[in-house]
Amino acid sequence: MNPEKVAFGFFIVLALTLNFGFFLGELDNPDHHHVYELFAAVVVNVIATILKFGDRTQMGAVLLATSLVAVLQLFAAALVWGVAEHISGTGLTPAITSSIVSLSGGAMLANVVSVVLLVIETVMLRR
Amino acid sequence: MDNIFFLIFRRMRWPLITLVSAYSIAVLGLVLIPGQDAAGEPWRMDFFHAFYFVSFMSTTIGFGEIPYEFTEGQRLWVTFSLYMTVVVWVYAIGNILALVQDHTFQHAVNELFFARRIRRQREPFYLVCGYGQTGTALVQALTDRDQNVVAVDIDAQRVNMLKLQNLRQYVPALHGDAARPVHLLEAGLKHRKCKGVVALTNVNEVNLKIAIAAKLLHPDIKVICRADSHDVEDNMASFGTDHIVDPYDKFARHLSTALQNPGLHLLHEWLTGMRHQKLEDPIYPPLDGGWIVCGFGRFGGAIYHRLLDENIETVVIEAEPEETGAPEGTVKGRGTEAVTLEEAGIRTAAGLVAGTRNDANNLSIIMTARQLNSDLFVIARQNHLDNTEIFNAVNADIVMHPSSVIANRIRVLLGTPLLYEFMSLALYEDDQWACELISRIIAFVQDEVPEVWEVEINEEQALAVTEALEAGNAIELGDLLRDHRERDQILPCIPLLKLSKGTRVTLPADDCRLKVGDKLLMCGRLSARDRMEWTLQNDNALCYVLTGQVRAQGWVWRLFRRDETR
Repeated sequence: MNPEKVAFGFFIVLALTLNFGFFLGELDNPDHHHVYELFAAVVVNVIATILKFGDRTQMGAVLLATSLVAVLQLFAAALVWGVAEHISGTGLTPAITSSIVSLSGGAMLANVVSVVLLVIETVMLRR
Repeated sequence: MDNIFFLIFRRMRWPLITLVSAYSIAVLGLVLIPGQDAAGEPWRMDFFHAFYFVSFMSTTIGFGEIPYEFTEGQRLWVTFSLYMTVVVWVYAIGNILALVQDHTFQHAVNELFFARRIRRQREPFYLVCGYGQTGTALVQALTDRDQNVVAVDIDAQRVNMLKLQNLRQYVPALHGDAARPVHLLEAGLKHRKCKGVVALTNVNEVNLKIAIAAKLLHPDIKVICRADSHDVEDNMASFGTDHIVDPYDKFARHLSTALQNPGLHLLHEWLTGMRHQKLEDPIYPPLDGGWIVCGFGRFGGAIYHRLLDENIETVVIEAEPEETGAPEGTVKGRGTEAVTLEEAGIRTAAGLVAGTRNDANNLSIIMTARQLNSDLFVIARQNHLDNTEIFNAVNADIVMHPSSVIANRIRVLLGTPLLYEFMSLALYEDDQWACELISRIIAFVQDEVPEVWEVEINEEQALAVTEALEAGNAIELGDLLRDHRERDQILPCIPLLKLSKGTRVTLPADDCRLKVGDKLLMCGRLSARDRMEWTLQNDNALCYVLTGQVRAQGWVWRLFRRDETR
């Protein structure tokens, strides 16, 4: 067992599950999407991205790319939230909430690709 | 490039992860701990404010507590996270600094810059592998002649020395093993502007590998190798190495030229001299009377066989005659003691060769021998460049320094290859011929050796002449030798060799016709070279030299002139 692989797999899967947890619920209902969960998703996604730094393989490069996409989407979601809450002061209207959640949905897609790639790599290694 | 990113990311993984974790813990804590607003109502910090506060807290410390004054619980948490984030920052920054100072990292960065510089090289260059004594002398000589050089050496210290040296051209240098093709490729072996590879390392095997790599990866460039044994020489020759330089053989051949034909030897010394070198006096090694050769290594052996060919009676002094295969009648000893020298017959000898591998011994041999016989003709072998001063002081008739012999030969091979053709043709001429040529050269050089240069009649080097020839005009060699400012004046230079479609003519006559593609070897004063360039390249200068008329240069003037002639 390679401890590096454990940490790696753990963070990639955790990034997806947290992301999924945040995404779950009615699209425009702010009560169904908790800010803590978004925070956790952002942090874990950033860590997962950093973990992929410096991998020279083709697979590593694609994994890094998908993670970067996820982080970018989640940052956008957090930014929209922050702007709505503090700068424009509109609060979480259904329109804002749905755009935040759909952005996180995009991130989730990227995370799904990450996990699929991880599974493919694991299967190919056959060890 | 890949390497550097890889290194940075690899090293920055943990610092970044700890940084992210510390930040998220601090932010989360601030959000979770209950606080109160200015009115004393319960209030919780949100992520936006928490992230803002943590960001400036860990880097600046001291913006105050925002947006409301903190409660005791919040203060406790902030104190804790303050220390945590500061420590994490120190760890991350320390890691980056350590990475920048890291030897592997610096090497990767240097290699990257080097490779990029080579890729951008737009002028022809030579690749010199091995920057020892020979390499130093060669690079100096090549850069003095405005040639571009790229150097590779396995020793980092020598590469650094190169940077300190005051060379006319910038010489990119790579610290790497030239025996590894990767480094040769980085140094531009396959670059289309790479004109030649020179392998000068101390190790024969490495030179061999460089030659093979160069011949396989870039077959049409010139490969020049240094070889110290006949075995390796044959090996290199077998796959078509262009030139193999053996300093001892080379020197022995010079010596036999000097014995047979002192004039030719002097001519050779003058023509192959470094720019601004003082003219040397002729040397006359004695033909009658015996010679003594101390040390029967590669150097002593090569000289001994040459002397035998000249039918000169030669005695060898060698400390280990059995191991070195010294000839019969060899006197056993080092030659540094008067006894051995006496035994070899120093009192009646005419010449002495101090050719051991040890500089101190060579000097000692010369000094002892001079005490016994002051009229000796002395050849000294100098092994280390550092000892130049003492070898100058001992005042030997010829000092043989292997590194400079190699460097000199390669410099001529790369700079003026026609000169070697000329010298090999000159070997068929007699002493009289050489002396006449020398007196012609003396007539125009002052006390420095003449400049030797090549001219090819093509569009690049002689645009005006090529165009005139293609237009059907006849141009004689003598026309090029005229001064473009005053055509009755003849430039202070001599054409040594004319190469025309495979026929080689030494000292071509003034009235021979030039053709496009001809190559000329000239020798003369440096100023003559510049003036000749005018005639070769400038249409008006050429026209004046050919006809004596100054042609109207502009279109308007030509219009007027046409009216006049009408």
